[in-house]
Amino acid sequence: MAIPISYNVRNLIVRKTTTIMTAIGIAMTVAVLLAVLGLVSGLRTAFAATGDPLHVLILRKGGNAELTSIMTPANFQIIKSFPGIATGPDGQPMASMEMVTVINLPATDNPEGSNITLRAISQRGMAMRKVKVTEGRLFTGAAREVVIGKNIAKRYPAAQLGKSLRFGKGYWKIVGVMDAGDSAVNSEIWGDAAQVAGDFNRSEAYSSALVQATDEVTAAALIKSFSADRRLNVDAMSESDYYTAQTGSANPVQFLGFFVCIIMAIGSAFAAMNTMYAAVARRAKEVGTLRVLGFTKGSILFSFFLESMLLSLIGGILACVLVLPLNSITTSMGSFTTFSETTFNFHVGPDVMAVGIVFSLILGALGGFLPARQAAKKEILTALREV
Amino acid sequence: MFRYFSLAFRNTLRNRRRSALTISSMAVSLCLLGVLIAIYHAMFYADQTPGSALRLVVRHKVSIALVMPDAYIEKIRTVPGVKEISPWNWFGGTYKDSRETKNLFARFGVDPKPFLTIRTQLEMPNDQRAAFIHDQTGCVVSDDLAKKLNFKVGDRIHLVGDIYPVTLDLKVVGIFKDPDAKGSLFFNMKYLREALPKSRQALDSTIAVLVDSPEDAPRVAKAIDDMFAESNPPTKTESEQEFVLSFLSLLGNVKLFLLSICAAVTFTILLVSGNTIAMSVRERIREVGVLKTLGFTNDLILGMIILEALTIALIGAVIGLVLASVLAVGVGKVGENVVGQLHNLSLTPITTVLCLVIALMIGLISSFIPAWNAARTNILDSLRYSG
Repeated sequence: MAIPISYNVRNLIVRKTTTIMTAIGIAMTVAVLLAVLGLVSGLRTAFAATGDPLHVLILRKGGNAELTSIMTPANFQIIKSFPGIATGPDGQPMASMEMVTVINLPATDNPEGSNITLRAISQRGMAMRKVKVTEGRLFTGAAREVVIGKNIAKRYPAAQLGKSLRFGKGYWKIVGVMDAGDSAVNSEIWGDAAQVAGDFNRSEAYSSALVQATDEVTAAALIKSFSADRRLNVDAMSESDYYTAQTGSANPVQFLGFFVCIIMAIGSAFAAMNTMYAAVARRAKEVGTLRVLGFTKGSILFSFFLESMLLSLIGGILACVLVLPLNSITTSMGSFTTFSETTFNFHVGPDVMAVGIVFSLILGALGGFLPARQAAKKEILTALREV
Repeated sequence: MFRYFSLAFRNTLRNRRRSALTISSMAVSLCLLGVLIAIYHAMFYADQTPGSALRLVVRHKVSIALVMPDAYIEKIRTVPGVKEISPWNWFGGTYKDSRETKNLFARFGVDPKPFLTIRTQLEMPNDQRAAFIHDQTGCVVSDDLAKKLNFKVGDRIHLVGDIYPVTLDLKVVGIFKDPDAKGSLFFNMKYLREALPKSRQALDSTIAVLVDSPEDAPRVAKAIDDMFAESNPPTKTESEQEFVLSFLSLLGNVKLFLLSICAAVTFTILLVSGNTIAMSVRERIREVGVLKTLGFTNDLILGMIILEALTIALIGAVIGLVLASVLAVGVGKVGENVVGQLHNLSLTPITTVLCLVIALMIGLISSFIPAWNAARTNILDSLRYSG
């Protein structure tokens, strides 16, 4: 017969100071894990939302990033002629030649300013992406105008609708703010292809080409035929894959985070063990009584084990509550692929929290097993005689 | 005073398991704290070597991913205080299979003659120096890299470019020793330029400058940046150390990240040890009553309990720091692939002292409240206390 859980709950309540202190200790450990997972998950969400599986990105062979790639208008003409590219309402192929570079924006928290991706893009390229202009309007090819991603507007006081930014050969007026869902595009600045490329003396050397395939099978076929074409000498890849690969920039942080969590977990398990040993010592008489009442050794072992799990569960839940406010925090992370910053939100969702709860239960199990075994092994008579 | 110390010490032995668990938990946490502080110290406060203090790095103001005209070199040479100057171009590229981390090492294109002057601490036989200057396809590798990948003079190294659309076929003509250039390969920039298309020949991503004296470095850096302030592109000149840090800052706010984890760890140890000490004091209230009856003053009892906590904290800290010094070596080995400064990571004396102080502060703070409560408990109440 099992000892009711309410017995454990009440015991935890009676020793509330110790319970709370131990639970907070566990909560801190779990919170560090959750914060790191939330960061990585946020970055992953941003990049996963950026690529479209139908889009094929074409870069110079060996140039594994848009920033270091070169695309000439001559090559782009060849690319546009490939069969399998979807056509727009005007009958023209859905293909966009783009130039990508980085510019520096003054940031409030970084005196050096932050580097932001600037993309020179055509109307066609805009149409290919699921981007809405939420404030102001789109740039026109006739004037020096740009639109900014909504995260840029949030993060950089210098970049606001109506203000002007200085880059290239002069000033550019911000005429609109665009919203691209969760996508990394929200951290970019877009301007008219010809205007911007001209300003950077790159009218003959754009960065990349993006084409939209009619369906996923065609996309795969297009990737193969672009990469194999000897005239072009390019590497083609699915846009989704390109962005997914960039999540790798979170690897050092993730590594450090896990390293810290594992060591902290060992420390917290010792602490939980301490608390549970104290609980066992304090309740020696009770354990004897329970045995006299007919509870088996097994049920006593289970009861103390459960109590430890309960204790750590409180810690786990506490940790989830602690890191929940992170969801509203916008942070940014640079990458060695784009050499610019991507702004994104921490993402502590149910999946991340579930990992945290499981992690806290593991801590509880590690800390609770030995004390519970000690409680179960107590001889009835000695237990009853203990003060 | 001494006899009280022995009493405090014996008190730590009365519940050996608890003391052992507390010490382990302290040790594990302080080990982590030690490694984190060591990382922080190595990254942000490492001492400059005499050679590194003489060197400046010039780059495009916006990003290291952007390039400057090669003509800048001759202009910078005219700045007073500049002793020698060389292009310093990150080649990137792939050596054999880049999935194996040992194949990832730094490759730079330089101008051999000035390069050998700029690296003041570089040691290499004279015949090898001469060979590097004269053999256009020659390259030199650092001794640690030569050992790791088993390079010998005369070996061929094949590098496939990614940033540069070329393949280099290099011959090892020298193996050098330099404390500031571990894990690097240097080749003749002339070879690379000739292989590049015309439009990309006369460009540099970074330029290394040797100045006359370390005191003069900030002035020279400013003079260079002022010179190009109105040019397109403007430059940014930093000391070698700042340059590496600005590279790292791309990964995000590493400083803040490390500090918040350190704070979380410290707070957790504080909770854990506070909790244990409170438990052990509570258990002993009756004994405190007996001591008081015997004539021990409140202050003496307060002091003794604090002393006991300090003893435990100190033992934990010493064990933790011994563990940390071992762990730091391992972390350095793994981390140096991502962050060069972590090479030869170890606990500096400052780090060690800082950790000991933190440990003692934790012992003091965590024991103060329970000790104070115990010391001021009324004799009768404490004698009546049943635990």
